[in-house]
Amino acid sequence: MAQITEAAHHEEEQNCTGIDNRKLLFWVFLSTDCLFFGALISTYMVYRGQSLVGPYPIDILDIPLTTISTFVLLCSSFAMVMALSATQKDDIKGIRIWLAATAIMGMVFIGFQIFEFWEFAHHGLLISTNLFGTTFFTLTGFHGAHVSLGIVWLWVLFILSFRGKVTSARALDVEICGLYWHFVDIVWIVIFTLIYLVGGFDAGPVITG
Amino acid sequence: MATIATKQSEGNTFSVIWSWITTVDHKRIGILYFVTAFIMFLVAGIEAGIMRMQLATPGGNLVSPDVYNQMFTMHGTTMVFFAIMPLNAAFFNYIIPLAIGARDVAFPRLNAFSYWTFLASVLFMNFGFVVGSVPDGGWFAYAPLSEQPYSSNQGMEFWSIGLMLAAVSSAVAGLNFVVTIVNLRAPGMTLMRMPVSVWMFFVVQILLAFAIPVIAVGLIELTMDRLFGTLFFVTSAGGDPVLWQHLFWIFGHPEVYILILPPMGIISDVLPAFAKKPLFGYPFIVFSGIAIGLMGWAVWSHHMFTVGLGPIAVSVFTITTMLIAVPTGVKIFNWIGTLWGGSIEYKSAMLFAVGFIAMFIIGGLSGVSHAVAPSDYQQQDTYYIIAHLHYVLFGGAILGIFSGIYFWFPKVTGKLLSEKLGKLHFWITFVGLNLTFFPMHYLGMNGMPRRIYTYATEFGWDNLNALSSFGYIVLFVSMLIFVYNIIKSYKSGEEAGHDPWDAPGLEWTITSPPPVYNFSELPVVEGRDPYWIVKRRAVAEGKEIPGPQPLVDPSTVHLPDPSYWPIFTSVALLILAIGFMIEIPVWFVKYPISVVGGLLVFVGVLAWSNEPPTKEKDH
Repeated sequence: MAQITEAAHHEEEQNCTGIDNRKLLFWVFLSTDCLFFGALISTYMVYRGQSLVGPYPIDILDIPLTTISTFVLLCSSFAMVMALSATQKDDIKGIRIWLAATAIMGMVFIGFQIFEFWEFAHHGLLISTNLFGTTFFTLTGFHGAHVSLGIVWLWVLFILSFRGKVTSARALDVEICGLYWHFVDIVWIVIFTLIYLVGGFDAGPVITG
Repeated sequence: MATIATKQSEGNTFSVIWSWITTVDHKRIGILYFVTAFIMFLVAGIEAGIMRMQLATPGGNLVSPDVYNQMFTMHGTTMVFFAIMPLNAAFFNYIIPLAIGARDVAFPRLNAFSYWTFLASVLFMNFGFVVGSVPDGGWFAYAPLSEQPYSSNQGMEFWSIGLMLAAVSSAVAGLNFVVTIVNLRAPGMTLMRMPVSVWMFFVVQILLAFAIPVIAVGLIELTMDRLFGTLFFVTSAGGDPVLWQHLFWIFGHPEVYILILPPMGIISDVLPAFAKKPLFGYPFIVFSGIAIGLMGWAVWSHHMFTVGLGPIAVSVFTITTMLIAVPTGVKIFNWIGTLWGGSIEYKSAMLFAVGFIAMFIIGGLSGVSHAVAPSDYQQQDTYYIIAHLHYVLFGGAILGIFSGIYFWFPKVTGKLLSEKLGKLHFWITFVGLNLTFFPMHYLGMNGMPRRIYTYATEFGWDNLNALSSFGYIVLFVSMLIFVYNIIKSYKSGEEAGHDPWDAPGLEWTITSPPPVYNFSELPVVEGRDPYWIVKRRAVAEGKEIPGPQPLVDPSTVHLPDPSYWPIFTSVALLILAIGFMIEIPVWFVKYPISVVGGLLVFVGVLAWSNEPPTKEKDH
């Protein structure tokens, strides 16, 4: 968490690669976060079809509904690009509109996720019901936490824009937030594909040799 | 410690302590790491002593079986996470910026945050001793033994949540040092001119940054099983304990190299300095270090040969494990090549470095013997494994770390450690470690299992166990000598001067102890072993050997300001962790203290990011 906000002012010091320290830190952080999600996704895939009792994915996953929320999340990446572009042009109105649009689309996605969790709970799938529940809620929950963090970050930038702190000179602040936001989107594409499209029709325990 | 502080801040006790709490100076953070980790090293040593005294005689009854479980769990965990890793971190912090010619790390406040979070994790896990819930599932915490039904007090929560704090600390530090080494090298300090120590530290930072997320997921899953009723490792619901083993060892094997590569780097700096010739085969030793870092990711299942992974997996991991011995062997030949034909000066640091090579060869060879799966089936879970891992971790890592301490202590304090006591320390340690750990090879081959709290005399293990326990006492004495040496030399040691060893690195071109800004003028590096180049040219031209860089007024050098937000954020994380130990259901929130902790973390991060690293000053 902390590394995302450390501001380095090493302008007068040498920089061997020419890549800003914060940006480099963030790229390395995102690549390590791949292993975090990689381990969670592996857990999901290892336990796919291993639940001994229902509900199973086919009983409960609503693929069309989640497709809508996925679409909204992917569109938010476009808004994020526009926000960065506006920042580089010092277009203060554009900055506010696109930052807010990105955040709101993220909130819509989270709203869908809360609704989904709520529905599942009403249909008898809790985190402690079976392995599907355990792995599904953990994986999507941690992704949701990442998105929520991104939303908070976007609103912080939005508020800072009213204090004149989001300018082309400080476009890196928006760019790094954007890197994070796009990363979280890409991770969702993998999760959505594996949970909903590949594994969404799993029913009952599959006995594997 | 206190006198260094007084020199820099000159005030009453409170302002001295405050200056350490808010420090962002990599050198002070390195000292904090060292002191904390060395205390934990002694604590873990005492835990080992309780085990050795229990096993000294057959049918020992010094401690109960439960306490014995707690001792081996806390000994292993403390040695790995709270002693060797942070002792290495002390070197990363102190040496990296000096050796690459930088004024500080890339993110000084983040560095302070790493230390305080590490301290929080030490305090959190060891708090189990205070409330009587000591972790008892082994340092590897194999599920399902680490699950609620088999370990029902809060010990394993102290373990898993405590390690999560350590994970945050190490991962953040890893990212910080990657950026530091990539971006903050002095002019002319190209990658292939860096000291091998910095190269090995660099590989380790990458391993840390990438391995920690995997264990973080394992710890999250274990903690959720224990606190929130998930079923990750619950066999009755279809959960698979082997998944824990995979997650643990995918992290755990790179972790082995996280422990050993830094000492390998340290001795690669020490050997040339005392053999008076450059490291033999620099590119080979660098690339073999990188190769070890990469191949370390492909060998984890050799910890699991007896789990039943099937012949294909076992064969593949046998081959990869044997392959990783190749770059390790390359390094050993390079070190020997460095010594060959050198004018060797056996100072204490050099003795420890040469001791490292000898002991590491023994540990490495027994390691190759478990790479052979059929042989490993015999050795799994016996004292043979304990012998192996102590030869690489004590005979290897700890001797390497001591070598580094004797080498850089004069730089840190300006005082030389007593050579007489240092040599005594080395020889007693050397004898003690072989007495303690060599008999374990035979015990293991004679079938003595790990983690047993006692044994019957009929097994015929009595004499070797007694010998091993006697060896522990020898080691204990050697540590007392070392502690005495540190304290005595710090108080009244010989003045070291800026370059007591005629060493090649940039850190020796500045005064001892270094000024707060490290370099008044950033050095320009002309090749490998930069200070040797400068000194030898001066000798060749008949000029005076250039002394340390002149001191300047620190206020004229651009330095980051002290900040209390790093420690604030670490304390907030600690509150978050403590919250999970105290269940107070309020409305629908089960752990309200954690919610408070989480909000405080948010406040800390926000305030931190709004605080400029350096206040705007009027010039």
